[in-house]
Amino acid sequence: MAMITTDEQEALRDVMRSFLTRYSSESDVRAVMDGAAGYDETAWRMAAGQIGVQALVIPEEMGGAGYGFDELAIVMEETGRSLFPAPVLSTTVLATSALVATGGPLAHEYLARIATGELIATVAVSEVLLHWDPADITTKADKSGGTWRLTGAKPYVLDGGQAGVIIVAARTAIGVSLFTVEAGAEGMAVTALESMDQTRRLARVTFDGTPAVLLGEDGSGWAILCVVYDRALVALACEQVGGARAALEMTVDYVNMRQQFGRPIGSFQAIKHRCADLLVEVESARSAAAYASTAVTAGADDLSVAASIAKVYCSQAFYHVAAECIQMHGGIGFTWEHPAHLYFKRAKSSEALFGWPAYHRERIAALIGLI
Amino acid sequence: MNLDIGRGYSEFQDEVRTWLSEHLVGEFREHLGVGSPTDDTAWDVRVEWERELSEGNWLGLTWPVEYGGRGLGLAQEIVFEYEYARAGAPARVNTQAFELLGPTLLAFGSEEQKHRFLPRIIAVDEMWGQGFSEPGAGSDLASVRTRAVHDGAEWRIDGQKVWTTFGDRADWLYVLCRTDPDHALRHRGLTLLLVPVAQSGVEVRPIENITRSTEFSECFFNDARTGEDMVVGGVGNGWRVVMTTLGLERGSALMPLQLSAEREVGELIEAARARGALSDPRIRQRLVDAMIGVHIMRSTNLRVVTDLLAPKAGLAGRATVAAATTSKLFASTHHQMLGELAVEVLGAPAVFDVDGDAGDRARKLFLLSRAETIYGGTSEIQRNIIAERVLGLPR
Repeated sequence: MAMITTDEQEALRDVMRSFLTRYSSESDVRAVMDGAAGYDETAWRMAAGQIGVQALVIPEEMGGAGYGFDELAIVMEETGRSLFPAPVLSTTVLATSALVATGGPLAHEYLARIATGELIATVAVSEVLLHWDPADITTKADKSGGTWRLTGAKPYVLDGGQAGVIIVAARTAIGVSLFTVEAGAEGMAVTALESMDQTRRLARVTFDGTPAVLLGEDGSGWAILCVVYDRALVALACEQVGGARAALEMTVDYVNMRQQFGRPIGSFQAIKHRCADLLVEVESARSAAAYASTAVTAGADDLSVAASIAKVYCSQAFYHVAAECIQMHGGIGFTWEHPAHLYFKRAKSSEALFGWPAYHRERIAALIGLI
Repeated sequence: MNLDIGRGYSEFQDEVRTWLSEHLVGEFREHLGVGSPTDDTAWDVRVEWERELSEGNWLGLTWPVEYGGRGLGLAQEIVFEYEYARAGAPARVNTQAFELLGPTLLAFGSEEQKHRFLPRIIAVDEMWGQGFSEPGAGSDLASVRTRAVHDGAEWRIDGQKVWTTFGDRADWLYVLCRTDPDHALRHRGLTLLLVPVAQSGVEVRPIENITRSTEFSECFFNDARTGEDMVVGGVGNGWRVVMTTLGLERGSALMPLQLSAEREVGELIEAARARGALSDPRIRQRLVDAMIGVHIMRSTNLRVVTDLLAPKAGLAGRATVAAATTSKLFASTHHQMLGELAVEVLGAPAVFDVDGDAGDRARKLFLLSRAETIYGGTSEIQRNIIAERVLGLPR
């Protein structure tokens, strides 16, 4: 989101919100949690047809709408607010960023299919670590007999079980490179994970001599992934801001309504003050995400620092708000039936995704010269 | 990333920068970053500096020209404050007059009052002190008991005020008095009066703060007098006058806090580096958190300022009410955390045996920051305001 949103961006927000109210209600989210598909197929199709979410930030010359990151930020914030059960982070952020950054005919082909909503795509990088680090890439790519073949395991692939194509980071003789593997490829096993956060689907994907196609230049994968990583951090931060705001709104609504001792519990100062502290965190998270989003759009020098700052702060803010949300709802906040736990678990999974805050603090320290 | 607010006002920005670089020299240059609204260090130099600013026509930028101001807009004021803070110029001395009394007179004062007082404020001829809090009335300002009684062509004032910042340097006080003790609504019986200090009925006694500096005072009124024409905004209207002024959000006030905190974090990082403390991951992580705090303040300020300068009339500031209302709470809490970290990084010299500048600065930051969550609306009152006015929770 920009420092201050434009009228058009607010219009996009309104459109997203109406759409999500219709297609991403709590019961829609729960239906996907319980279902086999792992995403809401109707909603995903509607998102493409009615709004063009999948095509939003794909450049026009590659079949997209050519919008910028500030617009994507709004989409992320709104989907975060509704816990939209669809592969937006994987397809629209991770895969699209990797493909746009790489360019070339193969990338263009995939982007055209992503833009229509027909193709779900994701990127598989992490192996042992949650943050992205070249030393973590041990999945190998061998080119014997003219075909690239991958061997290794990616234990935490976002929407790995839903994707029609996976972009895989693997190590060649030259270095880390990117490969595309389509669903059903020989020697690839995809196992759905049982995540604490059931609103986000992940899969363990293993490769045993799986044929793959090189995406971009051999050995140039890490440079592309660095670009993708910062964008992913900022997009996730925007999603976290949306989730935090939803959890705070839910809390404020509840404490305004719930009566005990003859008055709304929101009139007790302890509750009031804690809600005020949560608003400070939400607004600060919004500021961190806005700055980082602006840095993406501007291609700023301090983008990596800004992205990690946003990751640290928005992760902690979302988690804290979600935890307080459960607390201030009392007993019902601890039930499966109440939505509070959905945000709580989403907050914790988001905190872990792409690296815990402790890692990002060290990344910041290194970037600003403290290490 | 350069999100320089002055971008759209480059001519004015150049004017400010040029003037500052030419005048922030010599003794003034030796006192960069010195002082604060509650720190009277290098007072005399700072008074001289304020006079220098006055001669350069930098005071009262947005005040009407007929009262000695330059009649400029909020944008220019914000650009000026930003460049001023960036240059690290010495902290101002007559902040009471510029930030509170001046705007109050502009909104509620009579023409005579405006002509009488505003030019002298701009010329740095008269200093002002605030007479609001009393020993029995702090957060509950409406319970003030200092009494003003109409006596012929004068008002007679009896009572006591406390926490008057730089009160012992003030020539005049703006005093919230009870003029109608029998009014059923206690908010309604209050009047704002302007009172000259130089009289036998007014006694100002400095109070030592926890660093033994006397940046605030108590003021005793014993048959103190002021003219009928020294009522601001009408008799019985004091509460509305004061609340309006206190409620005026000034985007330009956010920057100095953020920029000085940025400088302090930078200095602390270097102090840590010099002491080998950066190799301790716990210190390193806390320094990163301090830096994140400053980054967030900068981002929030940019959002608020961008919104204030939004071209759509009447909507300025509306998108960022929450951000603006939460600023003081965030900044004051952060500054206290920074003070604690500074003392820990500087270690023994800061705690047990002040050794040199750095230790002294760390100790001062640690001690003085304790007041930031108390003055200007305690953090508890800030939270009440945020909860009730922004979140809509019941009173």
